[in-house]
Parts: sequence; C-alpha cells; structure tokens
Amino acid sequence: MSFHLILFLAFGAVCVGGAVNLLAQRHPINSALSLIAVMAALAGEYLLLGAEFVAAVQVIVYAGAIMVLFVFVIMLLNAGEEEHTNGSRVAIVLGVPGMLTGSVLTAWVVLRHSGTEAVPIGALPGSPKDIAQLLFHDFLLPFEVTSVLILIAIMGAVVLASKPERAAGKAD
Amino acid sequence: MALPFYIFILVSVIKSVIILVVLLTAVAYTVWLERKVVGHMQNRWGPTRVGPFGLLQPAADGLKFLFKEDLTPPHVYKPLFLAAPMMALIFALTSISVIPFGNSITIGGLSIPLQITDVNIGLLLILGITSMGVYGVALAGWSSNNKYSLLGGLRASAQMVSYEIALGLSLVGVLIQSGSFSLRDIVDAQGGHFWGFIPRWNIFHGQFIGFFIYLIAAYAETNRIPFDLPEAETELVAGYHTEYSSMKFAMFFMAEYANMITVGCVATLLFFGGWHGPLFGHPLLQALLPVFWFGAKIFCFLFLYIWVRGTLPRFRYDQLMAFGWKFLLPLAIANLVATAIAVAW
Repeated sequence: MSFHLILFLAFGAVCVGGAVNLLAQRHPINSALSLIAVMAALAGEYLLLGAEFVAAVQVIVYAGAIMVLFVFVIMLLNAGEEEHTNGSRVAIVLGVPGMLTGSVLTAWVVLRHSGTEAVPIGALPGSPKDIAQLLFHDFLLPFEVTSVLILIAIMGAVVLASKPERAAGKAD
Repeated sequence: MALPFYIFILVSVIKSVIILVVLLTAVAYTVWLERKVVGHMQNRWGPTRVGPFGLLQPAADGLKFLFKEDLTPPHVYKPLFLAAPMMALIFALTSISVIPFGNSITIGGLSIPLQITDVNIGLLLILGITSMGVYGVALAGWSSNNKYSLLGGLRASAQMVSYEIALGLSLVGVLIQSGSFSLRDIVDAQGGHFWGFIPRWNIFHGQFIGFFIYLIAAYAETNRIPFDLPEAETELVAGYHTEYSSMKFAMFFMAEYANMITVGCVATLLFFGGWHGPLFGHPLLQALLPVFWFGAKIFCFLFLYIWVRGTLPRFRYDQLMAFGWKFLLPLAIANLVATAIAVAW
C-alpha cells in the first residue's frame, strides 16, 4: 500500500467521521466545526488526487469564508443546545436506515454500472492552467451564465434584507 | 527531486525545526522592537532593565508567561476555550511552510532549496491557511461567554472576511504578470533591472497600487492599528482575549506577531523581489546575501507596522466597513482590470 493511499484513506475517514459527528452533536457550534473538518479533509482528498487548485479553493472558499459566516451567525444568534423531540426520534429511526440503504445503493450503482474508471491518485488534471482552460474556454458560456445567476441571487438577498425606508424611519 | 525518501524526511524535519526556531525568535524580538520603537516615538526609553538595551526582555517575558497562573473562568465553554488559542497559533505558524527564503544551497552534493516545501499553489495555500486563522479569534470570543469577548470575536470575523476579498484581488495583478502561483517562480520573474539600475520588482512594474491595497488589507487582516477594533481597549476591555491569561494569552500574542511576519514575507516575495539584491564578495558571502536581503526587507515591513502603530489613531467601526467595501474593493478590481489590459496589450 503506497503512502499516498494511506493518506487518502485517512482523509476519507476524517471526512466520514466529521460528517457523522456533525449530525450527532447537539450544539450548533460543534456541528459547524465538524463541517469545517469535513471541508478541510475534502481539500486533502482533492490535493491527493492531483486537483491542487480545487483543493486550495475548497479551503479558501468553503472552510475559510462560508463556514466563517456560519459560525458568525451561530455566535450572533447565540444559539443554544438542541433538544430531542418526538419528531427528531422519528427522524433517527427512519433516517439512519434509509440513509444507509441510499448510500449503499449509490455506491453499488457508481462502482458497477457507471462505466467510468477510477482516477489513479495524483492523475486528475487539476492544475490552475487546466481549470482556467475549462472555465474560460471550453465552458465559457455556462460559467458566465452561472455567475449572472449568482449575481441575481445576491441582488435578491439584498432586496429582501433591506428595510423599506419608511419603516426604518419609524423605527428611529 | 530524486532524493531517497528517508533523506527527504530528514532534511524536511531539520528545515522545519530551524525555520520554527528562527520564526519564534523573530516573533519574540519583534515584540521587543515594537516596545522599543514605540517607546522612542513617544519620548520614552522602552525596555532597558533586562540585558543591554533590554535585549533579554523577551526571555524575561517568556518566563513570566510560563509562571503566571493559568486561569480558566468558570462560565466558559471549555473545549473551545482551550482549542481557540492553539488554532490561532497553529494556523499562524503553518503558513510559513511554503515561503522561500532564498535560492537553493548545495551541501555535500545535495541541492537543498531554502524553503520547507515548494508547491505549485504556494500563494493560494498561504491565503487558505490565513483565512482559517479567523476561527481562533472568533471561537475565543464566543467560548469566553463574555459580552466584550463576543463583540471582539464578531468584529474580527466580519473584518477579516471583508478585507480578505480586497487582499486576494490585490495579489491577482502580480499573478497575472508572473503567470504562476508558485512563490519561487514569482520571485524568479522579478530578477534583473530596468535600465540597468531600477530593480525589476513588481512594485516598480505596474503594481504600485496593488501593493498599497495589499498593505492596507493586510493590516486589517492582522488586526493591527489602525484596524485593531477587535481588541479596542477603550470599548471592549481587550476584545476576544479578555478572559485569557498566561500561556493561552501568549499564544494569541505570538500568533499576531507571526501573522505580521508572514504578511511581511508575502509582501517581500510578491512586490519587492524576494531575496533579490546586490551580490558581491566571497562565494560564501554571495550564498548568504540573498537570505540577508530577504530578512532586511521583512525588517523594513515590521518597522513600518510599528511606525504606523505609533502614528495613526483607530478607525470607527462603520468607517472600517465602508472603507473596505466601498473604496478598497472597487480599487482592487480596477487595478486587476488595468493590469489584465496592460498584460494583454
């Protein structure tokens, strides 16, 4: 077993463990921290596969920016521990077997019937040049359309979040 | 690299230890320098009692931190209260690992680059690790369960996320010019001179505005005056580290100064030609001079940091946010577009 494969499995274990911990923890901030661990471990997996740019972006965008906002909101709302209700017990009883069945089925379909080959470690074309070629040349139109879509979403969020001026005046 | 695996591990461990020791010593003496320089700027002497010119003051401070009582207030959320200073320090120290201090040196037939590791995405790695550093501060503020700490933590996370965008965009201009994320390649692209005497550094090569955007954003990222609102004494006692004492406080302190040094390293590598400088004299001297130039440039940065601290007052919070989003960010985008047009020309 090569050193890289051992590392790959270790990061994979951190990923799965973090995801399970995310669900098991009762305090939102612990769940958010497990999600950060999952993101960071995923970045390690990308790096090992050879997609170094994607790995760096994964850390900068997901672990470093989006999760900071998650933690920020949890801190700001001062969210407390979650309580177990009847509904959450039903979700555990039905959800855990359902999720296990689903993931086993997905793994089986992907491994047996998708017809794609597994990528050897370090062979993914993921250098910044490869990514730039894909984004700004081969898939330029979908890339630009997606960015416009995100811009519209941002503007929608601003419109929804901003108070109408009259109401703001009354609040003062 | 065709090194046998065990030699590679051995060399890496030795380099890591040396760099860590040098970095921590530099952190300790940056604190001394700050006290001394700010002292002279304010017409005081600064530390004078311990050793000549107070030079042994860092050792005395270290001992004091070690022997202080390590208080853990009863109302804190303990796991994160303990983890937060460690996270802050670990992320601050890790980012130094991809920074090159000079060219390769050859010892006994082995060519050893003066850098712990050279990766293709070196700059992105530094940005990624520093963006994780905010968790130490944010979680310290939250887990302390104290309103001043919480406000400090909230301010820090909002400030760092906001200024990170301008910081990243200010570096893209340099990346367009050099065409690589590898810090070694970026420095190599800055060798040589314009008209025989002006060094071909990026700051003289169209990235003058980019450098100032980087400098301002970096001050905000490291929570230094005039952007030290997360720990504004007059409003927040000491901000996110109000409840911390002894070595836990020292870890935040070391993380702050290690981050300052990293910022200086990145600015030197990207805008001031890294280890490039005049080489002369004996071959041994020529081998050591690049490291000296690199250190000298970082020293200038640290001095500038302290100078600014001794000069400027603190921003108001709304000014800070408005400045970051309404002035710095558009300026960074304009700089990026202008650089792209100039390179494409």
